[in-house]
Amino acid sequence: MSLLEVQDLKVHFHTEDGVVKAVDGASFSVEEGQTLGIVGESGCGKSVANMTILGLTRSPVTSIEGRILLEGRDLNEASADELQSIRGQDIAMIFQDPLTSLHPFYKIGKQLTEAIHAHQDMSKQAARDRAAELLGLVGIPDAKNRLNDYPHEFSGGMRQRVMIAMALVNDPRILIADEPTTALDVTIQAQILRLIQRLQDQLGMAVILITHDLGVVADVADYINVMYAGRIVEAGTLDEIFYDPQHPYTWGLLGSLARPDRPRAHRLSQIQGQPPSLLAPPQGCHFRPRCPHEFDRCKQTPGLDPRSGTREHLDRCWLPPERKRTLRVIQGDQIGLEVPAA
Amino acid sequence: MTATVAPDAADGASVEAETGLLEIRDLVKHFPIKSGVLIDREIGRVRAVDGVSLTVKEGETLGLVGESGSGKSTLCRTVLQLIPPTSGSVRFDGQEIVGRRGHTMRPLRREMQMIFQDPYASLNPRQRVGQIIGTPLRIHGLASGDTLKRQVNELLERVGLGPEHYNRFPHEFSGGQRQRIGIARALSLRPKMIIADEPVSALDVSIQAQIINLLEDLQDEFKLTYVFVAHDLGVIRHVSDRIAVMYLGKIVELGPAERVYSNPIHPYTLSLLSALPIPDPRANAAREQIVLEGDIPSPANPPSGCRFHTRCPYATEICSEEEPQLLHYGNGHFAACHHPLHREHPEAVKEALPGLEREPA
Repeated sequence: MSLLEVQDLKVHFHTEDGVVKAVDGASFSVEEGQTLGIVGESGCGKSVANMTILGLTRSPVTSIEGRILLEGRDLNEASADELQSIRGQDIAMIFQDPLTSLHPFYKIGKQLTEAIHAHQDMSKQAARDRAAELLGLVGIPDAKNRLNDYPHEFSGGMRQRVMIAMALVNDPRILIADEPTTALDVTIQAQILRLIQRLQDQLGMAVILITHDLGVVADVADYINVMYAGRIVEAGTLDEIFYDPQHPYTWGLLGSLARPDRPRAHRLSQIQGQPPSLLAPPQGCHFRPRCPHEFDRCKQTPGLDPRSGTREHLDRCWLPPERKRTLRVIQGDQIGLEVPAA
Repeated sequence: MTATVAPDAADGASVEAETGLLEIRDLVKHFPIKSGVLIDREIGRVRAVDGVSLTVKEGETLGLVGESGSGKSTLCRTVLQLIPPTSGSVRFDGQEIVGRRGHTMRPLRREMQMIFQDPYASLNPRQRVGQIIGTPLRIHGLASGDTLKRQVNELLERVGLGPEHYNRFPHEFSGGQRQRIGIARALSLRPKMIIADEPVSALDVSIQAQIINLLEDLQDEFKLTYVFVAHDLGVIRHVSDRIAVMYLGKIVELGPAERVYSNPIHPYTLSLLSALPIPDPRANAAREQIVLEGDIPSPANPPSGCRFHTRCPYATEICSEEEPQLLHYGNGHFAACHHPLHREHPEAVKEALPGLEREPA
């Protein structure tokens, strides 16, 4: 049994303009000690899927279908109180913007001990000691005194460290990191990614890393899901996604990056157009209108199936595997497909 | 910051000798920190831009890179006189523009336009697209009525939008499309130079490529000169002819893009390069990453000597005592460092991006 298994998750928002199918049948699982990267553009449903795991999207206008199994227990069926005890205890989340995720009026120490007291019976002093220990663990110097500082007294990178410390207070088994480095400078991004990796090694938790940047997941993920317009379009191991990508959208994502370790490209390859509105997604394959290789069959929705030969490597594209191999090579040397001689 | 010639310089040219479309000399912008009841006393200064000299040649793209807080945006705004500089000189097309205000500045504003980082905040939400793009034309009296509308539609088409977008409001567009509107507005006066301040950092990767390609096409078509600001050295390398690296209000390295990129001299440039994630797991594992400790120090109280010495892995005593000058290392490649990497730590450069082919230093 997987630590966390999401089965055919559908999250639909009923709005005045119609039904927004933010997540339209997503299935994935995470094992202990593993990092799952979820990659996609804004609006592809990657954040909604993960907020739904914690019950954060529940509302009168949301319909949620599917199963979210935490060690066999369905979180979708769980009551608000039960979820409350799971949030921060079993599954913790850090968000993109560390400034808006911290309360500006309260000292860091207060915010950290509050999270401890929500789940554990502990004396004030013990909670403060634990908070200081965690700040030290995430690499904040002079941790004990920094407990008395307000969020504005920390820099962006330091705030994200505080957020990580707060997520860790109750030793969660799963850490969901939603674009944890997007708001940060590249130098600080490298620091935070190192930190998450180190903590994972030390504490053995599973990490779900949500990002739009394939470079970031290449650094840390074990498995990758590529999401597009509410659906997972490709899923596989790190090597499968980077060295044997099957879906034209994944090719597009890989191709549109300016690779720092290659000679400068004359021109970046780009994905035409923009993602569809989730109010009225195209019939069949959602990527069809932007896909340069579209053909008749694409009007039917392809399932997320193993098509490339390996059981674990899934994709949603009708093109025959042999054809994919020739098509993606056209963008060959820009796309990072060829496997370096090992 | 005066460029002097290093002993090993291949040619004797310094930055000062060059002329270009835009010449920035010793530009300084300090923001006073004030405090006190009734009477404001100045208790300190944020040294956002602290003596920058740069020349931007006609038709080239100069990439300006550095972390947040290094002064890139302040430099851009000071150059355009959107905020007055504390001291220094900016010459555009041979004319001094520091000190110009209102109507004396206006004719020059036609020639230099800006594209902003945040496409959500830089368009008036209550104006229609046609109005947003047409306003500069109207203000400068270049078009009105039907001609105005025709020109706006041409601009829309040029940036990949259509006449059907003329009457829409900004909120009806996605981030990438809004950035296209911002570009159309900057283009409307047919400027010679466009300063683009992080034009793609708020956009998705697939849209970034579209906007970068569009900016390159427009440069070819209208013979534009770009100053392109970004914190991502990967994007900067792709668009730039020359790169200037800024740290805490000063330029620490400047040179032809491919030289700065593949043979960096300043450790700060190397650490920016090294921090770039490579979208290739094996290449990532194969390299030696330099992860900088800590954050950029406060520009209100910059470190003594070399401003980078507090975070530099190669710093020695001299770095905290003496400020390094921007020296010429040949081929138009300048750097301000007491321990130039290519001489003292050539191995570190190779390990940061091992796959890259390099010309000999």
